[in-house]
Amino acid sequence: MSGLDILRHALPMVGAEPSILDDPGIAHVVAQGHHILSRRTVPGLRVELEETPEGLTGQLLVEAGVTIARPIHLCFGLTHPTEVQQITIDVQVQEGAQARVLSHCLFPVAQAAQHRMQAVMTLSPGASLTYTEGHYHGLHGGMQVLPHATIKIGKGARYFSDFSLLSGSVGNLGIDYLVEVEEDGLAELNAKIFAHQTDHITLKEAVILRGERARSLIRTRVVLEDEARAEITGITEAHAAGARGHVDCMEVVQGQAHASAIPIVKVCHPGAKVTHEAAIGSVDKQALETLMARGLSPEQAVELIVSGILR
Amino acid sequence: MTTPLLDIRDLTCEVAHHRILDRLDLTMQAGEIHALLGANGSGKTTLAYLLMGCDGYRATAGQVLFRGADLLALPMQERARLGLTLAWQEPARFEGITVREYVSLGHRREDPEAVLRQVGLDPERYLDRRVDKGLSGGERHRIELASVLSMSPALAILDEPAAGIDMLSITHIIDIIRALKAAGGSVLLITHQEDVALVADRASQLCAGRIVFSGNPRETVDHFRGRSCVRCDGEVCRYVRP
Repeated sequence: MSGLDILRHALPMVGAEPSILDDPGIAHVVAQGHHILSRRTVPGLRVELEETPEGLTGQLLVEAGVTIARPIHLCFGLTHPTEVQQITIDVQVQEGAQARVLSHCLFPVAQAAQHRMQAVMTLSPGASLTYTEGHYHGLHGGMQVLPHATIKIGKGARYFSDFSLLSGSVGNLGIDYLVEVEEDGLAELNAKIFAHQTDHITLKEAVILRGERARSLIRTRVVLEDEARAEITGITEAHAAGARGHVDCMEVVQGQAHASAIPIVKVCHPGAKVTHEAAIGSVDKQALETLMARGLSPEQAVELIVSGILR
Repeated sequence: MTTPLLDIRDLTCEVAHHRILDRLDLTMQAGEIHALLGANGSGKTTLAYLLMGCDGYRATAGQVLFRGADLLALPMQERARLGLTLAWQEPARFEGITVREYVSLGHRREDPEAVLRQVGLDPERYLDRRVDKGLSGGERHRIELASVLSMSPALAILDEPAAGIDMLSITHIIDIIRALKAAGGSVLLITHQEDVALVADRASQLCAGRIVFSGNPRETVDHFRGRSCVRCDGEVCRYVRP
């Protein structure tokens, strides 16, 4: 089976249909390790990626005023148990442009493999980008995933991200995002992770609200079981009048798992406001008992509560 | 003689070394709505939690027979499967779970749309909403009652079902209680609201962990209004047996 076939077959693990790669109206890039296996673009979208010995490097650009109607699929995968993938990408959404990117990170046979992403995303004034990232890491647990990104959101631009790692083993996940939001801009960062066994998660998301009326939401949902560990840091700084930020972190801990949450808020203008809420603990007892009072077993009740939190 | 649906004898419960229920006796027949009145701290909610089998509420003495079965020996979900359920005074919130899913839980017998209409909520507006912080207290209460209705339980314990419900909607709650009975069920109704209590067939007053009066709802409400006890206002309770 070719690398492309292996990744095609893994796409449903992140909720994507393999047929998206055959549709001429859908832009995509499929890369295995440091090799591009397939790519397609659509009018208004420029994709320039190069294969180098050190990794894949390049740019994805949505031209000014263009709305890319259908999601752009970026499929990054490893098909060898000990492979390394390094991606350096510059994403630019020009003034008034709109796009939705679905990033599928597929590491179905990883045992001691590594995926590193170094991204800079720039949203020009009035632009909008929705970046949805789904991961599947197989069952071995030896994967190391280190996505780092700097995201610059221009005046009136809107950025939504949704990171999810809900099936398979996480391995070692180290997310580090820095988001800067200018006047009237909006950043909404969502992350949902289900960790098991000896998985280790470090999630650091920092939002700097630089412009007036800039807004942000960091929302994190992590469920840990077995001996998994997680350290979640959500930072929001507000530097201008009318800036509003909120950090909302929930971690559900089961078995021998450990979790910590560090919400850091900083307000540097009297007209700005940042709020935070963090909850760490086992499944809410009353919620559990409510479901059991409807006839669900404790195991069914926990499963339903957890599935709701990670939705 | 008909076997009672619920037969509680000498039930005693201590929580954190405090005796909350003290040799309590109560029987309910199938199809009966029984209102339970009592001051704050008299043991009403403890009785509800103990009957349902909530964590931390265990009988230190006594017996509870439900449909002839020893209820106290069963885990919570088995009690539910026997036809017992509880609607909490402050219902839990569930992230991500829709109203449709919630009212369809467990042994579903009723159509989710029909039960929402019964509690006065428009299915089109509510079925796909989540049972989370986005609902007001009153909306959450109605959805809790819809979930209970959906089970068609043999015995529903409703702990303050009208708490947080606006005055105009109290009739909905009363209708729901009657609907539970009409479906062949019974209701143990914990309430502080007189108009809700008066829907019952019988009522009892709980004081310092014991039933001190039982009768028709009107008599019991009047009795409750006219008496006092150590847990109500500091006077010595005249009902506690030595």
